[in-house]
Parts: sequence; C-alpha cells; structure tokens
Amino acid sequence: MNHQTEERLYLYPVWIRIWHMMNALLCLTLIITGLSIQFANPNTVVKFNTAVSMHNIAGILLTISYVFFFTGNLFTMNGSHYVIPVKGFMIRMKNQFYYYTIGLFKKENAPYPVTEESKFNPLQQTTYVVLMYAMVPFVILSGWGLLYPDITIKSFVGFSGLDLTDLMHIFAGFTISIIMCVHIYFCTIGKNPLSNFKSMLNGFHESH
Amino acid sequence: MVYKTNIRPAWVVLVLLMIFTLAFTLVKTSDTTPEKKVQTEQIVPTQIDLSKFKNAEENEKCLKCHGQTKYSYENAESKKTVTKRMYAELIMNRDVFYVSNHRQFKCTDCHSEDYGTFPHAGNLRMEAKANCIDCHGGDEKYAKYKFEQIESEFQASVHSETHSKDFTCWMCHNAHTYKINARTNENLKETIVYDNLICLHCHGDVNNYQLLTDKKKPNLLQKHEWLPNQASHFTNVRCIECHAKNEDTLVVAHHIMSKKNAVRKCESCHSKNSILYASLYKHQVSEVIMKEGLVKGLIMADATTIGPDKSNTLNIISIIIFSLTILAIIIHAVLRIKKSV
Repeated sequence: MNHQTEERLYLYPVWIRIWHMMNALLCLTLIITGLSIQFANPNTVVKFNTAVSMHNIAGILLTISYVFFFTGNLFTMNGSHYVIPVKGFMIRMKNQFYYYTIGLFKKENAPYPVTEESKFNPLQQTTYVVLMYAMVPFVILSGWGLLYPDITIKSFVGFSGLDLTDLMHIFAGFTISIIMCVHIYFCTIGKNPLSNFKSMLNGFHESH
Repeated sequence: MVYKTNIRPAWVVLVLLMIFTLAFTLVKTSDTTPEKKVQTEQIVPTQIDLSKFKNAEENEKCLKCHGQTKYSYENAESKKTVTKRMYAELIMNRDVFYVSNHRQFKCTDCHSEDYGTFPHAGNLRMEAKANCIDCHGGDEKYAKYKFEQIESEFQASVHSETHSKDFTCWMCHNAHTYKINARTNENLKETIVYDNLICLHCHGDVNNYQLLTDKKKPNLLQKHEWLPNQASHFTNVRCIECHAKNEDTLVVAHHIMSKKNAVRKCESCHSKNSILYASLYKHQVSEVIMKEGLVKGLIMADATTIGPDKSNTLNIISIIIFSLTILAIIIHAVLRIKKSV
C-alpha cells in the first residue's frame, strides 16, 4: 500500500468523539475515587468526603453521558455497529483471537479490517456490547441504588438488598476497569501505536 | 435457515430497563415489611402461665393493684369502695416482667417487706433503688457480663460526670423490664431499635430529658443534619457507635462521650478498619461466620457498611485477576516490540 491510496475513513463523528472523551474522563474519575472509597482508611491522601462527593457527581454525569450515547445508538447509524450477527459468531471470535495471539506476530493481515460498515472487529464488538449494554447500565443502576439507599429493596432472598447492590456495583466497576485497561492497550495496535488515539481526536481512522 | 438479526442491542436494553422498572415498582409496592409495633401502656390480661414462676403467687399480692391501670380499696371511714388510677410508672406489666431477666424474683427481694401493708407508709417512698452493681458486682456467676467494667465505663461517661448521683443505671435500664438483648438477639435491626430507644427515651422526649436538666433539649434531626442519608444511618447503626468510646472487651459500650468527642469522620465506619466491627457487628458477624462459614459470614452478615471492602477473599481474587490482565498486556507488548509489529 502506498501513501497515495492510503485509506482515511471518517468513522467517528463529532458527537461520538465528545461522548467518548466525556466517558473516558468520567470513568477515570470514577475508578480513582471508587478505589479510594473502597480502600478508605482515616489516613488516605484523598479525603473520604471529597472522594464520595466526586464519585457521586461523576456518577450522575456518567448517567447523562450514557443516556446521550444510548439515544445516539438508538437513532443514528452508529447503533448498527453494535449488532452482533449470530451466524458464524464463534468462528469469527476464534479468527480474531487467533490474530491477536498468533497471526499478528506472523505479520498476517487482520481478519476483519476496519470498514465503514463495520468499524469493530468481532472481539471488540462483543466486548463493547457487554460493556455498554450490560456492565455500564448495571453499574449506573446499582450506583443510583447506593446513592439513595432508602429506595433500594431491603432484602432479596434473605440477603441484605443494600449489600447485594454494593457487591453488584463493585463487580461491575471492577469489570469495567479491567476492560478499560485492555481497551487502552489494544488502541496501541494500529498503524502506529498512537494513530488510534489520534483518530479519536480528529475522527479519521488510518488503516495499516 | 438464515437468521437475520438486526435488532440493535440498545432497544433490547431499553425493553429490559422497562421490565426492570416495572418489577422494581411491583416489588416496592408489595414490600410490606410489618413495622414493629410499639408497646403501649395499656394492660391486657396476661397470656403468661404464672404457675411456672415460683414467686408469682406472692407477687400477685402486689400486682393485684400494680398490674392494673386502676386499683380499688375500701375507705375505712366511709366504708365505700374507692377506685383510683395507678400512676403509669408504678404499673408493672406482667407480660413484660415475666419474660424479663429478673422474672424469678419476688417484689420484696428488692423492695421493703413493709410494702405488705396498705396504705403504704409514706417513708417507703424514700427507699433507694438498687443499681446493677449492687447485686451483680463481684459475683463469679456474672463475671462474663463484666458488670465492674460496665460500672467504671459508666462512671467515666458524660452522663455520670454531668449529672453525678442523679443519673443511675435506672435512667436507661429498668430492672422490672430489662431483658438481655445485644448478646442473644441475632436480629441486628432489633438490637439497633432496642438500643436507640434507650437513648431516645430522654433525648427524644423533652419531659424525660428535663427531669435531669433545665436546658432546652437539642433537636436531634437538626444536630445530625450534616450526616448524609440521615434516616438510613438512624435505622442501621446505634447512637453509641459514634457517641460511646468502644472497648473491645465489652459487648455494649457504656462510656458515653461528650458531643465534642463524637465520631464525625465517615471513614471511621466506612473503611476496612471500621469501628463497627468492634462494636455493632462484633457479635453478629462472628455468629453468622459460625453458622454460614467465613465467606458468607463476611459478605452476607447483616453488616452493611457501604463502600469499604469486607471480604479479603474477594480482594485477593480481584488483585489476581487485575495482575494477570496487566501481565498479559506486558507479555503481548514485549512480543510486539521484539517482532516490531
């Protein structure tokens, strides 16, 4: 591929870039403050009260940002990237997994290159669907449950409702943190290690 | 057969959210946890089999009048039967007394034998009430309850310091109705209500409060305005969690501190080293651990402190998962650099 024919796809419209940036900052804030609440002790650097207030505010903003993303995906074409085709799902997952673990090092071509119709590879797509349609709603709902403990169901099959909500919130928060680490690392697999980060600023995807 | 699935997940989530909201509303509206009935002063005929109590017959001589809201006697001069109301604080409810810790006692074990005559002699009113330590002090049988430590904690408490001799055990514990609770009750919520009602007897009722002082009673809701989710705090922890100095050796702390020493830091409770584990949850958590095993005991005991990690096992698992992720990323990155891909 020479430089003249190099593809530059406009994949990330302004609203997605704004949402993505907001989401990234809020998630980072929530992870940091969340950890300092989780591992609170009277001598921490970040004061507990400050961490709680920041966590609450960031959580509320994340809800707004999520509603924005959710509505966008309901009514714009971006939502179609989140539809997982059922047929051949396992094979495509296997192919992509093979590429990341072996193919990439053999300098093989990516099995599912980025196109305008499908900007996510199968592994990416599945992860994002689980993240955005299971984990994030989960963490937001349980978060509101903890913000207003009085509305949370008192007991559920014999367990304290508040404790279960707490556990759910921590589980979802932890999963999101892990996915975020992997997500940021995988973004270095691009034309060059920084090109994917640039894409999320200017909207253009540069192919390998 | 070819499946064509092009339903966007967002719609699925929207439908699930609506179902969740509906289910939540249904559960909330059918959430009929019966409110604990407050014991009223009304005396009902006793349901208790009095034959089980060796002193019940003897006690009936007193309870004939003191077990009722009214009593009758014959006026020796007019020969008429007079009926009068019994003062509320002189009424002994049999149903409460015969389940209390002192149920096997007879009235005259603690009160003067002279009460056997009616009308009671006026000087009997001056009779001093026995305090806990008077009977329980130095008794081997009661050593595990540590009455001596309770007494010394109480003597150091703000109540004792401010009101000296006027403030006795009776202010919080009535020997006629006292029933051991925190040590035996597995229902944490009941223990919380039980203990908090003791404080509220005076701090929530100006008439009782002003028996010991002429000061205006502070409004508890206003004084605790700074506390987030006030209602949740009031129903999930006891006043003494923040207002008493807790020693690990006593089940219920008796060293009530002055307000300037009260706990005000969120992380004193909402942290790994939560003071609640040394007070409110001390008994409960160990009970549940004994019954349900360590993991369930730590996670699922009624000990709800939102925020801090409660389970070391979960902590270790999450640290392992996190470390493995980072390790995988590092290995992948190193291989990529080596192969320059």
